[in-house]
Amino acid sequence: MFRGALWLLAGRGCVGRGLSTRSGGSTPDWTEKVSEIKKKIQSALPGGAWDPLYDTSHLPPEHSDVVIVGGGVLGLSVAYWLKRLEKPRGAIRVLVVDRDHTYSRASTGLSVGGIRQQFSLPENIQLSLFSVDFLRNINEYLAVVDDPPLDVQFNPSGYLLLASEKGAAIMENNVKVQRQEGAKVCLMSPEQLQNKFPWINTDGVALASYGLEGEGWFDPWCLLQGLRRKIQSLGVFFCQGEVTRFSTSSSRMQTSGGKEMTLKRIHEVHVKMDHSLEYQPVECALVINAAGAWSGQVAELAGIGKGPPGTLEGTKLPVEPRKRYVYFWHCPEGPGLETPFMADTSGAYFRREGLGHNYLGGCSPTEEEEPDPGNLEVDHDFFQDKVWPHLAHRVPAFQSLKVRSAWAGYYDYNTFDQNGVVGPHPLVVNMYFATGFSGHGLQQAPAVGRAVAEMVLKGQFQTIDLSSLLFSRFYLGEKVEERNII
Amino acid sequence: MAAPRASLHLVAPKWNLGTSGIRGLSSAVTPEGNQRKGRMLLQFLTDRFYDVEAIRQYLFQKQVSKVHKENRSSTGIKKQYGPYIAGAYFVLKQGGAVKFQGEEWIRSKHGYSPLQLLSFQAVPIEAVDASDCAINYEGLDNLLALKELQSLLLQRCPHVDDWCLSRLHQLANSLQELSLAGCPRISERGLACLHHLQNLRRLDISDLPAVSNPGLTQILVEEMLPRCEVLGAEWAQGLKSGPEQQSQDTASPIPA
Repeated sequence: MFRGALWLLAGRGCVGRGLSTRSGGSTPDWTEKVSEIKKKIQSALPGGAWDPLYDTSHLPPEHSDVVIVGGGVLGLSVAYWLKRLEKPRGAIRVLVVDRDHTYSRASTGLSVGGIRQQFSLPENIQLSLFSVDFLRNINEYLAVVDDPPLDVQFNPSGYLLLASEKGAAIMENNVKVQRQEGAKVCLMSPEQLQNKFPWINTDGVALASYGLEGEGWFDPWCLLQGLRRKIQSLGVFFCQGEVTRFSTSSSRMQTSGGKEMTLKRIHEVHVKMDHSLEYQPVECALVINAAGAWSGQVAELAGIGKGPPGTLEGTKLPVEPRKRYVYFWHCPEGPGLETPFMADTSGAYFRREGLGHNYLGGCSPTEEEEPDPGNLEVDHDFFQDKVWPHLAHRVPAFQSLKVRSAWAGYYDYNTFDQNGVVGPHPLVVNMYFATGFSGHGLQQAPAVGRAVAEMVLKGQFQTIDLSSLLFSRFYLGEKVEERNII
Repeated sequence: MAAPRASLHLVAPKWNLGTSGIRGLSSAVTPEGNQRKGRMLLQFLTDRFYDVEAIRQYLFQKQVSKVHKENRSSTGIKKQYGPYIAGAYFVLKQGGAVKFQGEEWIRSKHGYSPLQLLSFQAVPIEAVDASDCAINYEGLDNLLALKELQSLLLQRCPHVDDWCLSRLHQLANSLQELSLAGCPRISERGLACLHHLQNLRRLDISDLPAVSNPGLTQILVEEMLPRCEVLGAEWAQGLKSGPEQQSQDTASPIPA
C-alpha cells in the first residue's frame, strides 16, 4: 500500500511538473528526473533490489538451501539435476558461486573436449555412457522455450588407444570390462591398424583399442552455456564472488564402538565480492564443493585435513591443480577426416580440429616434469622436447608441422588415485564433493551431477553406484585406480 | 522470490529478442509482419506468466515424445517373425519403402498387406528407402539388424543427425549405396565416421545445409573413401569472396 501511494505521488508529481513546464530549456531536465524516479520506483516495487541504504543487487541472497562453490561444468550440472529432481518444483533454493564469471582459468573452457568410454573402472565407464546419452539428447534435457537449440558440435570419431607389449594384457582386460558395461569398443592388431589408418607407424604397437560409437569430442563451452541458460530459467541464483570462510559449529558424537568424534556443520558461507572487502554471509543447509582445481583450498576452509595425520580429521582432500599444455598445429600432409582421438603408447595424444588439416594435442608430463601451476604460461620447449618426437614417430606426416598456438589449463588432479571424489564428507556432514576428476571431469559431468543430486535429495546413489568414490577411501587407503589417464 | 530472470523488466524489453550473449549461436531468419508480432506477443507472455511457459514446455515435450513413440522398437515382432519382417514393418509404418531380395519395391504409399509381408519371413532385405521419414537414433535399431542391406536412402529425414551416422558402422559389410541428401542435421562431423563403410560405392551428400564447407567436405570425403563415388557439391561450391565465409564455430573460442 505504501508502495502504491509512492507510485501515485511520483506519477502526480510528473504530471504536475509537465503541466507547469513552459520553456523548452527545462524539458531535458524533466526527462532525466522522470527516468531517475522511474528507476527508484522500479527498485522499490517487488522484483527490484531495494535496500534503503545502498544497492545490494550484486550480492548473493542472505539465505540459500544449497550453495555450490564453483560454477564450472560440474557445479552447473549438480545445480541442474538438483532442480530437475527436486520435489515439489521450486522447493530448493540453489546458489552457484564462482569467482570468475569469464571462466578465464576454469578447466571447462580450456578443455580439449574429448569423451570416451575406454576406462578401466566400471563406474567411470557407466558415467561416460550416461553423459554421452545426455549429450545426444541435450536439446530435450536443456530446452528453454524461445531459445535456439544447442549444437554441441559432437565429432563421433572415436578414441584410438595404442598399447605396447607391456600394456597389451591390461588393455585386453580393460576392453573386456568396457564391453561388459555396454561400451562399443573393438580391439585391433597392428596389421588391422595399418589397414584402417595407413598414416600410422605401427612400430612398437602390440594392440590398439578403438571406440566405435559414443566417443569423440565436442564443444565444452556450448555445454557450459547451455547448462547455464537452462538453470537460469529454472530459477538458480548466480553470484560472482569468492568463498573466503565457512562458519561452522561442532558437536561431539559417539560412534557405536564408543569412540568420540567431532562432527561439524557448515552454517554460513562468506562470499567476498571481487576487488572489494564487501562480503555476504549466506546461510545455507548444504555446501557442494565443485571448485575444480582449487577444491583442496575450499576444503581446507571447512577444516578438512586439520588434525593429526593418519586420523580421519587429518585426512586432507588430495585434489590440487596440475597444469597441462595443449598445442594447436597445422600439418598439410596430416591424416584426413577419419582421424580419431589418438593416444599413443608414450602418453602423447592428438585429435583433428576442423577441416583444414589442423590438430590439437599434448602430453601429460611425468611426475618429475610437472610444471609449476602458479600461472597459465605455456612452455613451448615442452612440445619440442617431449611431445613432437613421439607424435612424429607415430605419425610420420607430423615430422613437418607448424605450431600455430598453444594454451594451458588445469587438471583438478587427485593425487591419491586420479579418480573423482563424490558424496558427503564423513565429518563435515553437510559438505558434498564433486571434484577431483583429473582430466575426465568434463566428460562425466552430467552423470556426476545426477549422482550428487541423488545423494543430496535421496541420501543414496540410485542410478549409478559411486560408493567406491566416496571421501572415506582416502582415510581407509583404498585406492580406486584408473589406468587409462590421458 | 524466484531468481531474477534476465528478461523481467517493468519497461518493455527491447533487448529481449536479441539476447544472443549466452546463446552464442545466431537465431533463425526473423519471420516478417504478423507472424513476428505474434511471436513477440507469445514471448512477452511467456516471460511474464509461468502458466504460459509451462504450457509451451508441455507442448514441446509432447512433440518430442511423439517422435520417440514413432521410433519405438517392436521387439515382440522381432522375436516372433525375425529381424527382416520387423525392419520392413517399421519402415512401412513410418511411410518409407522396402525391397526384399528378388522382389519388387513395397511402398507404404501404394498400400501393402501385412500377410504379403509375412510371406517374406526368411528373405533378407536388400534396400530401404526411408526418405522423409521421422526415423531417429533409436529407430535406427530396426535397420541395423538388417545385415544384408545394400542400399539405404535417408533423404530429407529431419531427425537423422551425426549420432545416427556413427551407428552405421554396423552395416559396413554389406552397405553399398547410401544417400543423405537434404538431411538438415547432418554436418561434416558425422560424415567423418563414414570411413567404416569400406564397401560403399555410391554416396550422396548433396544439399546438406549444416555442412559448413560443402566443397572442401566433398574433397575430404572422397579422400577418405577412395573406392566410392561421392555425389555432392562441386569442389568450388561455397568458395565465396573472403570475409563472408569466415563463419562457424563462434561458440567455441580456441584461446590463442
